[in-house]
Amino acid sequence: MHEHDVIVVGAGGAGLRAAIEAHEEGADVALVTKLHPVRSHTGAAEGGINAALHPEDSWDLHAYDTMKGSDYLGDAPAIDAFAQEAPDEVIQLEHWGMPFSREEDGTVSQRPFGGLSHPRTTYAGAETGHHLLHTMYEQVVKRGIEVYDEWYVSQLAVTEEDDPDERTCYGAVAYEIATGEIHGFYARDGVILATGGLGEVFDHTTNAIACTGDGQAMAYRAGAPMEDMEFVQFHPTTLPSTGVLISEGVRGEGGILYNDEEERFMFEHGYANNEGELASRDVVSRAELTQINEGKGIEDEYVHLDMRHLGEERILDRLENILHLAEDFEGVDGLDEPMPVKPGQHYQMGGIEVDEYGQTCIDGLYAVGECACYSLHGSNRLGGNALPELMVFGSRAGRHVAGAVGEEPEIPTGPGAKSENGSIDAPVNLGGVADPDPVATDGGELATPQDVLEATVEAERERVETLLERDGINHADVREKVQKTMTENVNVFREESNLKQALKDIREARELYQEVAVRDPSRTYNTDILHTIETRNVIDCAEAITVGALAREEFRGAHWRMKHQERKDDEWLKHTMYAWNDGKTDLYYKPVILEGEEQTYEPKERSY
Amino acid sequence: MSTQVTEQTETETEEQTEEQSPGERRREKKEQLQREREQEKSDLLDEAEETVELKIFRYDPEVPEKEEPRFDSFEVPFFEGMTVLDALIYARDTYDSSLTFRHSCRQAVCGSDALFINGKQRLGCKTQMVDLEWPIRIEPLPHQEVVKDLVVDMEHFYEQMHAVEPYFDPDELPDGEREEQRQTPENREKVKLSTRCIWCGACMSSCNVAAGDNQYLGPAAINKAYRFAMDEREGTDRKEDRLRIIEQEHGVWRCQTQFSCTEVCPKDIPLTEHIQELKREAVKSNLKFW
Repeated sequence: MHEHDVIVVGAGGAGLRAAIEAHEEGADVALVTKLHPVRSHTGAAEGGINAALHPEDSWDLHAYDTMKGSDYLGDAPAIDAFAQEAPDEVIQLEHWGMPFSREEDGTVSQRPFGGLSHPRTTYAGAETGHHLLHTMYEQVVKRGIEVYDEWYVSQLAVTEEDDPDERTCYGAVAYEIATGEIHGFYARDGVILATGGLGEVFDHTTNAIACTGDGQAMAYRAGAPMEDMEFVQFHPTTLPSTGVLISEGVRGEGGILYNDEEERFMFEHGYANNEGELASRDVVSRAELTQINEGKGIEDEYVHLDMRHLGEERILDRLENILHLAEDFEGVDGLDEPMPVKPGQHYQMGGIEVDEYGQTCIDGLYAVGECACYSLHGSNRLGGNALPELMVFGSRAGRHVAGAVGEEPEIPTGPGAKSENGSIDAPVNLGGVADPDPVATDGGELATPQDVLEATVEAERERVETLLERDGINHADVREKVQKTMTENVNVFREESNLKQALKDIREARELYQEVAVRDPSRTYNTDILHTIETRNVIDCAEAITVGALAREEFRGAHWRMKHQERKDDEWLKHTMYAWNDGKTDLYYKPVILEGEEQTYEPKERSY
Repeated sequence: MSTQVTEQTETETEEQTEEQSPGERRREKKEQLQREREQEKSDLLDEAEETVELKIFRYDPEVPEKEEPRFDSFEVPFFEGMTVLDALIYARDTYDSSLTFRHSCRQAVCGSDALFINGKQRLGCKTQMVDLEWPIRIEPLPHQEVVKDLVVDMEHFYEQMHAVEPYFDPDELPDGEREEQRQTPENREKVKLSTRCIWCGACMSSCNVAAGDNQYLGPAAINKAYRFAMDEREGTDRKEDRLRIIEQEHGVWRCQTQFSCTEVCPKDIPLTEHIQELKREAVKSNLKFW
């Protein structure tokens, strides 16, 4: 049994930031990650980090832009804290040595980004995430923070009181990939989930193959609800063959989108008469797909992103990485020809419900970064807001878990926050298949945290044994089934019949999952086991996204419904909550908080 | 109406299966899915205009038939734009789920999938199949201990990286509130290429010196030292410390400037040049004390 004050699950940007902060506050911290930290997907972020640094800019403008970008589904306490603290975090990164792009006077450069009223995106070339990730990992090495790399956390050790609000998280169980051993991690102060995105739910994504929604699914099964899962960001500029991301920085620097008739459709077809290519991501993605569906796509599949007019010098200075990506993954020379792009799954706005300190409703369980929902991004995240998010909230959760925060959170969590029950006309059963899935352990009978953990470890050992011993199908076939239906039916444009079809397919995948088995008999570096466990998380996340999408009968931010093409503030200014408790799923709503520190945000029409 | 027909079929299926237990129904579905997959697999191979043969190194110390290293052949359908990583994933997900290799981002930034492909260190995700001679031979990185199949033990590589104190550690920081350190665009440009390292280990694996001297810091770690030593923000005291580290017995002076590291680096970092420059810096710094 391993024992630490704080266990951080996942070592991308959010996890590293949380670990450093908790360590600074004196906690004994361990990072447990299924990859090595520098392999984390934060490294693929390209564009930048928004922060109101310039004297003419201010945090409340950043907050306003973020709220507007969220289409008024963000919670003001999270947005205000975020915008106020982002500048400190950027300066902190600079003090840790991050190689930001610079102005002639040696100060950090800032560039325009979509949906921002001021050029406030700091960046390091078009590889900002890579530098942020490595800079923070270096600081983890400097502090000697313990890292268990290639250890896969597959289950949380949580007590099983009826009310999730009364449960406690005592640690987690991890599978050591190199040896196949299963270990218990006792966390004296808390567990912070920082497991990142869930792009593997779709088959065209900018996400890494490791982004399988592990944290979301684990927390959900332990009783912490998932929030606003229907809001999935489709990035407007990904390479068609692989889903590799072409940074918004290209449009920020002046890149132009054309259809096959060489029309600059963002303006010429009135999708965004003021901002054009730099409108919010959801607006641009829908515009592209509308063009493609109207037969104006190139090869009926994509549009062109042209940056040639920016000139070689500027491109090499600020966007060099884009040239390499276009060349290596699409065989296109961005200096010579326009690059093919189409929308691809990029970011999950929804996630594990947490307050503005990253706390879930379960005592001792936190979530930060993409797997969490504070809610900061609401129904649509602005470009350049994810990296400051993981810094600000990683830091806040690290401080909180180490006992260094006195204030009470304003954002309520757990079933107590419910304002209204929800229901959908589901064509199939939702949730578990056979016997109720064990949440964790029977808290009532188990006296000590160690008992809870031991029982969880035992349950995981059995799960792995069963997967190894039985005969069955390959998880990859099940995962593919989910990915196909999600991409076909729960994409940018959503219709009731498609969403119902997706629920049927997900149900079938869930049933098939009862038959999966691991063919590799070895305990040594058995990735077959790892991926098989991940696939179950993919299924849970897919279901939550689809249920939310079917429930929300309006058009808001990234979520668009064929029969409900307007935002309905009277009815839908609320968060979609999806919870798993007592062997059943529960769909309900909680209110949005629009009263901020300096301003009450009034929902306005969102035009760019 | 066509929808009615579908509905009817569904009802019939449900009636048929009414007497089956849920377990039986699942097994039936499982078998159906397996049959479908088999069919899809052979269809894909049939339909593909071209197929390509992969010869992949296999080894598992725990599995009797894999204890002795061997090569397995897999035939995969070729499609335009296919990378070596795509082919490996296809082979694993279609033929043998025990085929083991590291991978994550698919876009040459996570550094997980450095492999020995047709006799050269390359990233699987960044290597187009069309650029290689077929059949394609895929092996784990040489000069590193093989854990299983294409997975090597990276521990030693990480230790060497950590040995150069790979973290920014300035002599002093600005006093002002929210005040950044100044860095000229020229200085940023100077360290830019060195900051691109993704810790894939290709350079270390290609280096003859590292192969013969296990304690040699190796190109990646020395490049990391370069990244900080050349960063004007750190200050001269720290730079002296850094030069002392890379000047040690198993440091920069071991490099025989064979350029193999530079040749295989997937991020085009001029590693050998950086090592040479540090040698010059070390000499300059030593002369100061004479």
